[in-house]
Amino acid sequence: MHGKGLRGLSVATIVVLVGAFAVAAFYAPLDADQGFRQKIFYLHVPLAIVALVGFIVGGLLAIQHLRTREPIWDLRSYVAIHISLILGVAVLVTGAIWAKTSWGVWWLWDEPTLVSFLIVFLLYGTYTPMRFAIEDRERQARYASVFAITAGAFVPICFGAVRAQPQEVHPQTFGSGELPGPMWLTFLLCLAGMALLFYTLYRFEIATKLARGRLRSLRRQLLDDAPVQRRSAAPII
Amino acid sequence: MSVLAALLRKELRLELRTFESVPGMVLFSLTIFVVFHFGLDRASVEGDLAAGILVVTLLFAGMLGLNRLYVADEEQGGFDGFLLAPVDRTWLFVAKAIALFAYLVALEIVMVPAFALLLLEPGLGQALPELALVLALTNAGFAIIAALVGAIAVRTRARDLLGPLIALPLLVPVVIAAAGLLEPLLRETGAGGLDAKWLAILGLYDLVFGLLSVAVFDPLLED
Repeated sequence: MHGKGLRGLSVATIVVLVGAFAVAAFYAPLDADQGFRQKIFYLHVPLAIVALVGFIVGGLLAIQHLRTREPIWDLRSYVAIHISLILGVAVLVTGAIWAKTSWGVWWLWDEPTLVSFLIVFLLYGTYTPMRFAIEDRERQARYASVFAITAGAFVPICFGAVRAQPQEVHPQTFGSGELPGPMWLTFLLCLAGMALLFYTLYRFEIATKLARGRLRSLRRQLLDDAPVQRRSAAPII
Repeated sequence: MSVLAALLRKELRLELRTFESVPGMVLFSLTIFVVFHFGLDRASVEGDLAAGILVVTLLFAGMLGLNRLYVADEEQGGFDGFLLAPVDRTWLFVAKAIALFAYLVALEIVMVPAFALLLLEPGLGQALPELALVLALTNAGFAIIAALVGAIAVRTRARDLLGPLIALPLLVPVVIAAAGLLEPLLRETGAGGLDAKWLAILGLYDLVFGLLSVAVFDPLLED
């Protein structure tokens, strides 16, 4: 009922993602400077882009929530931010591995791109504790939306301020015009796969939350034994 | 405008009668200077180190103001009284931000000379107007974020924890820009000029978050 089309979406995600990584591993040319180590680019950069876009999408969905006051929009905003946070951990880990292999250090403070991602990640890290600290469901949803909109606007500002600075060693993905054709193609494939992965996870979590809410209301109606609501950071429909 | 004036009068009168925020912030900032002196084991600082200490001290002392900003409204019915009045709720945000800006100015009137006296090597006389401009823009950014985040944090269970936790990452661009602007002003070899790029970033930050906060503040005060 809530999971319509999820099977096809999952299959498509697996096919595209595995295909894209296969292309990245076997077809894309080796980087002249970094060699095989550069391949993590096809994982790290799509992850980062999808996570950041997910944060912004969470803010846009929150705007919709404040306009309509429908709990479903709060749920959507929550799920988008939640999955982006998980991807954000992966971004930081893959970024650290890449930094270690190509620059020889795990972390580089001189790099505004790394630092601003960390700042954004730390900001969104407070999203769940903030929700958890508000008991009233309706107020929790409202406050979370205000947070999501503010933080969503903060993402481009933070990165925009960073782009204004001269960069030292972090590669500029866009606008440099240095990426040759096959690499671009592979990168776009990986980005599409990662976006599909995000969307699939998003749909799965929404379906789970909705099904759980439906089950709860059915139990309440039929058996009259709905479990006591515990305090939770996740919205309950 | 009369609404704003009334709210502002109430805020400042409350502070003047209770002295809940500013004296604590001032004392805290002086203590942080002492902590920095021993933590860094230096008799004097200049340049980027001085800029960093000044900005960080301002930020941490300001956090006390953030945590106190809405407490009286939440605990003593200020929100209820305000919601009963037939006025636009956004005015409360504007009044809180201006009040906090005023607290920060009061803090700096003591804190900056004390910093010059205790830690700063070259002294301040050479770049006072530029310093005032940078501090005013920094205050504005801080006051805007604090007035928004304070309203979120005060109605959560862990208010003293969540306020700084949310506000600090949001304020990092302000810290970067303010430290970049203050560094040439506090050099031992004589004050340099202001970097227009950082000035633009700081001004833009204040503008964007000011408008954004006005836009999203309303839903925070519905019950």
